[in-house]
Amino acid sequence: MEPILETNGLRVEYRVQNGQGPKVAVRDLNLAVYPGEVFGFLGPNGAGKTTTMNVLLGFVIATGGSARLFGVDVREPIARQRIGYLPELTYYYKFLTVEELLRFYARVFGLSRDEADRRIDGLLKLVELEHARKRPIKTYSKGMQQRVGLAQALINNPDLLILDEPTSGLDPLGRMKVREIIQRLKREGKTVFFSSHELGEVETVCDRVAIINEGELKVVGRVSELVESHQANLEQIFLSMIGYKPEPVV
Amino acid sequence: MNIVTALSGVVIKELYRRKDFYVLFILTALITLVMGSISFFNDARIARYLKEICLMLIWISALVIATTTTARQIPAERENRTIFPLLAKPVTRWHVVAGKFLGCWLASGMALVVFYFFFAVVSGTRDSHWPLLQYAQIVLLHWAMLAVVISLTLLGSVILSAPSSNMTICLVFVLGILLLGRHLNQVALEQPEPIRSLIYLVYYVIPHLEWYDVRDLIIYEHKLIAWSDCALAGLYAFVYSGFLLMGTWLAFRRKPLHL
Repeated sequence: MEPILETNGLRVEYRVQNGQGPKVAVRDLNLAVYPGEVFGFLGPNGAGKTTTMNVLLGFVIATGGSARLFGVDVREPIARQRIGYLPELTYYYKFLTVEELLRFYARVFGLSRDEADRRIDGLLKLVELEHARKRPIKTYSKGMQQRVGLAQALINNPDLLILDEPTSGLDPLGRMKVREIIQRLKREGKTVFFSSHELGEVETVCDRVAIINEGELKVVGRVSELVESHQANLEQIFLSMIGYKPEPVV
Repeated sequence: MNIVTALSGVVIKELYRRKDFYVLFILTALITLVMGSISFFNDARIARYLKEICLMLIWISALVIATTTTARQIPAERENRTIFPLLAKPVTRWHVVAGKFLGCWLASGMALVVFYFFFAVVSGTRDSHWPLLQYAQIVLLHWAMLAVVISLTLLGSVILSAPSSNMTICLVFVLGILLLGRHLNQVALEQPEPIRSLIYLVYYVIPHLEWYDVRDLIIYEHKLIAWSDCALAGLYAFVYSGFLLMGTWLAFRRKPLHL
């Protein structure tokens, strides 16, 4: 089976202001995500998760290696035709209503007016924002704005969803709703690639996970197989992969 | 093209949902109304003078609307990070530049039509004279001039991240051209070499925005300009804007997305 998302020897370097050599954010990363799976991308803060996502979305140009979506180089805009992206925080035109925002993105994807209307109605129902469709986004709560994010990520009925910490800052109910939506998408055969700090959530939702630390891939595999081979839960595996050693109790 | 028009639609929506646009519009309309309706001893020279002030006010308001709207477009996308979900779609940075330009140009054009319509109604009611073709030429040439101003401001907005500094520099530059542009070649003649060549170089490189100032058509009821000359002036503005937009895209192409 051909992977939907693939990186080969991906390397990203940043120039550092103080005159030192370049900082390596991602080094020789090899990843492959296959159709229909939910893939968790884990790592502590500053591990290189967001940089990898930024390369996949074409925001940052890799220093070396390659990244492909649906077999197309990520630098080609067409590679992003079949993906949906939910950023960690809500970055939308807050003077627009959710309906106007979704209509704008529908136009970007070249959807016809009828098709856009149909999808907007369906998505607002899915994220439970029908009652607020005519209100400017700036009047929404954080949880509602996060659901706007999910709706915009799904406007093109994508085959691959890239979610950057989708439940960050949400209350338990909000988290549950996002998790239900991810599971529903999985049942519909969509591929989901997401980063998260919520290891319990990852364990529940993901088929496979990759753990990255200081830009290097530490481990990748099915959650059940990792748990079995390491004889530990995902949190313990994560902590050992990032080199955490508990302080001895005196 | 769908992406560019969609982006321009968002720019237009943003403009008419902002309060500062209405403040400027109402202020201009009020001053035009007051100056257009009062009469000083039925003196035609004073009436012409007042018309000149009203039209100058329209020029200043249009310039302020065009530069303020354009200067904040790309920096606001980067600062509010709305650029991220946008570029995660099949949208290129060229689409962003072209969409922002088109949106600002259309929005400025709409403001311009409203300003001139208001002026024409006040002035026409008083003089019982409706030189519609002259108005058409004034609006079209003014709008073509704004295309150059908007593309210049857009270029400034990817080089200078603070919209206020970009706006100030662009306004000073544009006003400088409007006031001094037509005299530069005469100044060059009086200078020794190599200053003369240098001034001539500046004269040929700067966009001659003063060509588009044809307010005299209304103030002094001049004859129409040949439409072929208007078309040539439009072409000049089109080519100049094209070069500036290309420069904007080149500067924005590899720019980090966050501020």
